[in-house]
Amino acid sequence: MTDDPKDGIPQTVPIQSAIFSNAANAEIRRAAATGIYDIRGGGAKRKVPHLDDLLFLGASMSRYPLEGYREKCDTKVTLGTRFAENPIELDIPITIAGMSFGALSGPAKEALGRGATLAGTSTTTGDGGMTEEERVHSHKLVYQYLPSRYGMNPDDLRRADAIEIVVGQGAKPGGGGMLLGQKISDRVAEMRRLPQGIDQRSSCRHPDWTGPDDLEIKILELREITGWRVPIYIKVGGARPYFDTTLAVKAGADVVVMDGMEGGTAATQNVFIEHVGLPLLACIPEAVRALQDMGMHREVQLVVSGGIRSGADVAKALALGADAVSIGTAALIALGDNDPRWETEYNKLGTTAGAYDDWHEGRDPAGITTQDPDLMARLDPVEGGRRLNNYLNVLTLEAQTIARACGKNHVLNLEPEDLCALTMEAAAMAKIPLAGTDWYPGKPDTSY
Amino acid sequence: MCGIVGLFLKDKSLEPALGRMLTSMLITMTDRGSDSAGIAIYSNAAEAGVKLTVQSGTPEIDFGGLAEDLKNVLGAEVSVTERDTHAVIEVSSDQVTAARAALAQIRPNVRVLSVGEAIEIYKEVGRPDAVAQRFEVGRMSGSHGIGHTRMATESAVTTMGAHPFSTGPDQCLVHNGSLSNHNSLRRRLRRDGVHIETENDSEVAAAYLTHKMQNGSTLGEALGSSLNDLDGFFTFVVGTKDGFGVLRDPIACKPAVMAETDQYVAFGSEYRALVDLPGIEFARVWEPEPATVYFWIHDTTPVPEDRAA
Amino acid sequence: MKVFDLETEGLRALNAALNEQSVARDHAVWEIVSPKGGHAIAVGLDAPLDVTVRGSTGYYCAGMNKQATVHIAGSAGPGVAENMMSGKVIVDGDASQYAGATGNGGLLVVKGNASSRCGISMKGIDIVVHGNVGHMSAFMAQAGNLVVCGDAGAALGDSLYEARIFVRGTVESLGADCVEKEMRPEHLKILEDLLQRGECDAKPEEFKRYGSARQFYHFNIDNAY
Repeated sequence: MTDDPKDGIPQTVPIQSAIFSNAANAEIRRAAATGIYDIRGGGAKRKVPHLDDLLFLGASMSRYPLEGYREKCDTKVTLGTRFAENPIELDIPITIAGMSFGALSGPAKEALGRGATLAGTSTTTGDGGMTEEERVHSHKLVYQYLPSRYGMNPDDLRRADAIEIVVGQGAKPGGGGMLLGQKISDRVAEMRRLPQGIDQRSSCRHPDWTGPDDLEIKILELREITGWRVPIYIKVGGARPYFDTTLAVKAGADVVVMDGMEGGTAATQNVFIEHVGLPLLACIPEAVRALQDMGMHREVQLVVSGGIRSGADVAKALALGADAVSIGTAALIALGDNDPRWETEYNKLGTTAGAYDDWHEGRDPAGITTQDPDLMARLDPVEGGRRLNNYLNVLTLEAQTIARACGKNHVLNLEPEDLCALTMEAAAMAKIPLAGTDWYPGKPDTSY
Repeated sequence: MCGIVGLFLKDKSLEPALGRMLTSMLITMTDRGSDSAGIAIYSNAAEAGVKLTVQSGTPEIDFGGLAEDLKNVLGAEVSVTERDTHAVIEVSSDQVTAARAALAQIRPNVRVLSVGEAIEIYKEVGRPDAVAQRFEVGRMSGSHGIGHTRMATESAVTTMGAHPFSTGPDQCLVHNGSLSNHNSLRRRLRRDGVHIETENDSEVAAAYLTHKMQNGSTLGEALGSSLNDLDGFFTFVVGTKDGFGVLRDPIACKPAVMAETDQYVAFGSEYRALVDLPGIEFARVWEPEPATVYFWIHDTTPVPEDRAA
Repeated sequence: MKVFDLETEGLRALNAALNEQSVARDHAVWEIVSPKGGHAIAVGLDAPLDVTVRGSTGYYCAGMNKQATVHIAGSAGPGVAENMMSGKVIVDGDASQYAGATGNGGLLVVKGNASSRCGISMKGIDIVVHGNVGHMSAFMAQAGNLVVCGDAGAALGDSLYEARIFVRGTVESLGADCVEKEMRPEHLKILEDLLQRGECDAKPEEFKRYGSARQFYHFNIDNAY
């Protein structure tokens, strides 16, 4: 289509609407045809201000880098030092986030456990309980305590290395879990005490406490059951990170886990994922500020997640003040999720590699987000574990490279002043000055 | 979030011990929140007429010579009893408005926490045992009282952010829970001329009740309409000159326990708060129903009002 | 019998001693005095112990109980016997909200009344309440049995799965997807056994049965509101 005159009359060029885009219109048509909201997996796909909008400054005349190899850049982190007898010692500041057995296949959980153990870090159970595969293969296992209490029992509580009380997650702060019938296999149904093949609804609030004052009593109960041995984490989705972090500390947490909207879910309404939550970039400084205001920074550790992909992301999160990061989506991609080798199958499902997010349907060609035995068999857990370990290794080496360039002998010595921002939004959210300036929007004692 | 305690004495012989009993109950609730604490005590009507309980961040400056200065402005004797950062000013009932105006003029930094014939409110930042200690609450006597210990959720930990909040003469409110529409309500109330000092959601609830009552509702009616107008989770305990009331939202997740004997009616966020009360082993112990206004008044048999929702 | 004074000896010592019994049994019978409304009393037990609490408790008494019999000679605070796996918990007085929450097995008996959300998210526990239960009881109840000899509050069995509910008195209102169901001989038998184990002399014929209409088992837009 051009504006060449046709019969001597110039034509207008067709212009697509930014608001009523093809994607928006397709969704309206789909809603009109089906009468039900769109459900999908994954995290926010929309572009939001992100760690990518920050850069490290590196070394210069006033700051000197460390050499590789001999000049060590340490990566060890300890989580849960506040109250627990046995805090979690990690070799690297990267953990595997909670993802349920049910959402993921058994072999996928095993692969995550194997890979994390090789790398010297922890994995986390999800909304469905602890599987043998994961406990056996994951040397350090964090056991999630969720509103649904599917599979919750004191024996697993006692064989966990830490307990993570889930108040919410970044993809859907305020939403409960969801697992559709296709994935409620016999095994999943048994663990969750549900009829096989039905659509599972989870509640969004815990059944036996509401509010941080009652959460404090719940934490007392969990500590009494586990003899005060293991750390208690509290996980929240990014919403009011300053208050949420403050209240988590007041309720008695050893560790705060903060999940941005980029963080994935197995399944929920698309509108929830895209339109509720906070970018991780906006969460981290507020959570850190809360800890600092209470004199608890590094006393109560902060683990952040949501959109962590490379060692640069890891280093930036640590520089903003986190003690560690957690990966979910990235770990699945390392195992083979959304791999182009399955492109023909993605096409048959009406999608393409990198865009496949109908994990709730349980037809994952990669065999990861499915309970179908034939598909599951496509993932070799040993090979998966090796790939995850490789990936975690690269994340760590990349973070170390950057930290060394900033003159740090421990990745946790990275600090906000090592960073600059490329955009106004990122500067404002991260409270990091724009590159080449000492200013960010909202900086105290400035008049802008 | 918070812990709430309340004690309404039927047996007058217990009145000298009111402060001690309330303090003990409140301290038991420390785990529920220790950011700030406060107590409203209702005791013998002021000899002169009306008591104003006031607070100052700089009591040495503001309370020094206060009685004298007020006398000069009002042309009448007033008595001022200092208690740490608070002071109780007694004036005759026809002088209340003038006294408030005088205070605003000669001591602009002083805040009025309560006005009434019986009520005194004491509240500060800090743990409940420390707060009770500084005001010597344990030595106070009275006919009924409410206490609150706070775990701040979304607003700052300050003296004025502490509960109880005054909602009118001899009235006050404490709250456990989290209101979800308090910002909109605050804007609307401020537009109607209601003074709201903090960003605290509980203060909005108190201001809402005050506003309703100033426009003709009884306290019971105001509490009833709060079920429609306030959104979120709440357990409210309100104090009035003659008694106290309790209201839980329809979802009723926040805890509430009551105990009654011939000697008293007591309220606690947890049973633990009631455990040392005399005769508790034989008390009727129950939990208030959701969306139901309860009221106890001295000299009348307690009656729960109609279910409001 | 071992007598333990909670007020003087403390909660940590109590639970440590009780949990030690799973490893080395020195006492099978325990009496806890001066509970004073304390929280997390006798939690996580995993041995066939006989524990009596002389007085009323705070939150989560007998939480995650396995094998033990816990008798509360008083009333219980919120979450009594929450997530119980097996064993028996008897409350002589009333139980506050969330009694038996997410319980997987065992028997909870409340001789007085239970408050709101009794049996919330239950996953196999049996609960017998001699008195009434409050609103939202058996909310999202997946498996097990709730027997109410008195009345039930609003929204009984909201979003119910396969748990059975038996009520002798009135039901203020039924929750979404909860319907009255036919009482057949096999249900009378189940109920008779529950009443007997629940130390209750009510007659099975006096009860009505409620269960899931199973309309929510597959997502349907009409149910999404």
